[in-house]
Amino acid sequence: MAAAAALLVLAGCGGDDGEQRLVVSAASSMTQALTDCGPDFDGATVRYSFAGSDELAAQVRQGVKPDVYAAANTAIPEELHADGLLSAPVEFATNELVIAVADLSSISGLADLTRPGTKVAIGSESVPIGSYTRELLARLPGDAGESILANVRSNEPDVRGIVGKLVQGAADAGFVYATDVEAAAGRLRAVGLPPALEPDVTYAAGVVEGAKQPEPAREFLDGLREGGCADALAAAGFGTP
Amino acid sequence: MTVFRLSLGVALAVVLLFLTLPVLAIFVDSSPAELIGSLDEPGALDALWLSLRATAAALALILIVGTPAAYLLATRSFRGKALVITLVELPLVLPPAVAGIALLAAVGPEGILGGAVEASGIELTLQTAGVVVALTFVASPFYIRQAIAAFASVDRTLMDASRTLGASEARGLFRVMIPAALPGLAAGTALGIGRALGEFGATLMFAGSFQGITQTVPLAIYDRFSTDFESALALSAVLVAVSAAILLSVKLAQGSEALGVAPR
Repeated sequence: MAAAAALLVLAGCGGDDGEQRLVVSAASSMTQALTDCGPDFDGATVRYSFAGSDELAAQVRQGVKPDVYAAANTAIPEELHADGLLSAPVEFATNELVIAVADLSSISGLADLTRPGTKVAIGSESVPIGSYTRELLARLPGDAGESILANVRSNEPDVRGIVGKLVQGAADAGFVYATDVEAAAGRLRAVGLPPALEPDVTYAAGVVEGAKQPEPAREFLDGLREGGCADALAAAGFGTP
Repeated sequence: MTVFRLSLGVALAVVLLFLTLPVLAIFVDSSPAELIGSLDEPGALDALWLSLRATAAALALILIVGTPAAYLLATRSFRGKALVITLVELPLVLPPAVAGIALLAAVGPEGILGGAVEASGIELTLQTAGVVVALTFVASPFYIRQAIAAFASVDRTLMDASRTLGASEARGLFRVMIPAALPGLAAGTALGIGRALGEFGATLMFAGSFQGITQTVPLAIYDRFSTDFESALALSAVLVAVSAAILLSVKLAQGSEALGVAPR
């Protein structure tokens, strides 16, 4: 038994060796930016868990306790806060919803996505990218939104799934964040949306109630707005709220 | 000595607890009625129906092609046979994500055979056909491996006798080998079904996730995990029940194999 426990600790890379470890659950769309700035964080060694904001929130609800939770919207952190699971959320970045297509694609706007036979990949309804996309489609005049939804071939659990389907040529177009296209530069191209239709994409984060490292967690949160990670987010194309 | 026996007992208790507790937990939170109730939504039923269809199609492919291949591997010796068997078994130990990437690299639109697939007019990615390909890829080694063992353990003199009586090898395969190997083939079939029903990663990466088209039960469970835990539990419960039934049928098939030997 003791041996089994010891093995688990070993698998977790060390345990109590005096080093503070900060666990950050963050939306997939921040994978690149946060991975870049993680090593520069002074307060602790940062360990990330990247997935769809909704999946990460569901983990928190099931009792998984990261120290920081950072989502690609404000709604999910607000809900967690209302349920006493997260500190008051802090808005720290903005993003832009765009159409992503293969670099050489002829698709140049929303109208092309309504054509029957165009294969579209979007986020599933529960993940922020999916709800932003549906918000946008609902604003389109006439039955354009309906026609695009009819062309949807996959509801992916996070943005990485959408980008993967596009890069692999399985889908012709997808709705992702501008930063995702930037990260896949050379393979994907962004097609902008009419500004009036664009949903407001704001990222928010908080310290998880019962966090093992509340102090470094707060420092990390501050760093998202000002400091190493804020710079990394800006470099990746994120805006400031 | 008693300490040794005691620790054996403790080890078994730990194993049992560790392996059964999570499975039992699925059923603890909600009554059977609630579980069945939360299945009654179009998404869940679509996922069950799709899993059933895709698994059946994959199984048909596996049986039709895998059975003669397994027979060949079980009854011939040739150079490099061990290598061939290893290659056939490889997907058994591949992580599902690797299977997904591998399928994309091979028969995805940008894959090495992507052009040929497209030219043939078949669309795999984001289509039910792609789900069937993913399931077939991951499940066939389970069947083929078991089938090779089953054919190899059939008494050679049975086949020799049928040949002496003038039967062709093809006739011998269908009349002698397959009936004699049937319990082993059935066990392999059940294992293949189990693996196919549980497939997640390769399906998501290669075929995507769309209700009624590519969203199998495991994908539907993942989709509901964040929004509808009840329904995710209900679908999980169905998979547990089906998997238990499959395992039981494997045990029964192997049991009848034992019985078949006993009366001699």
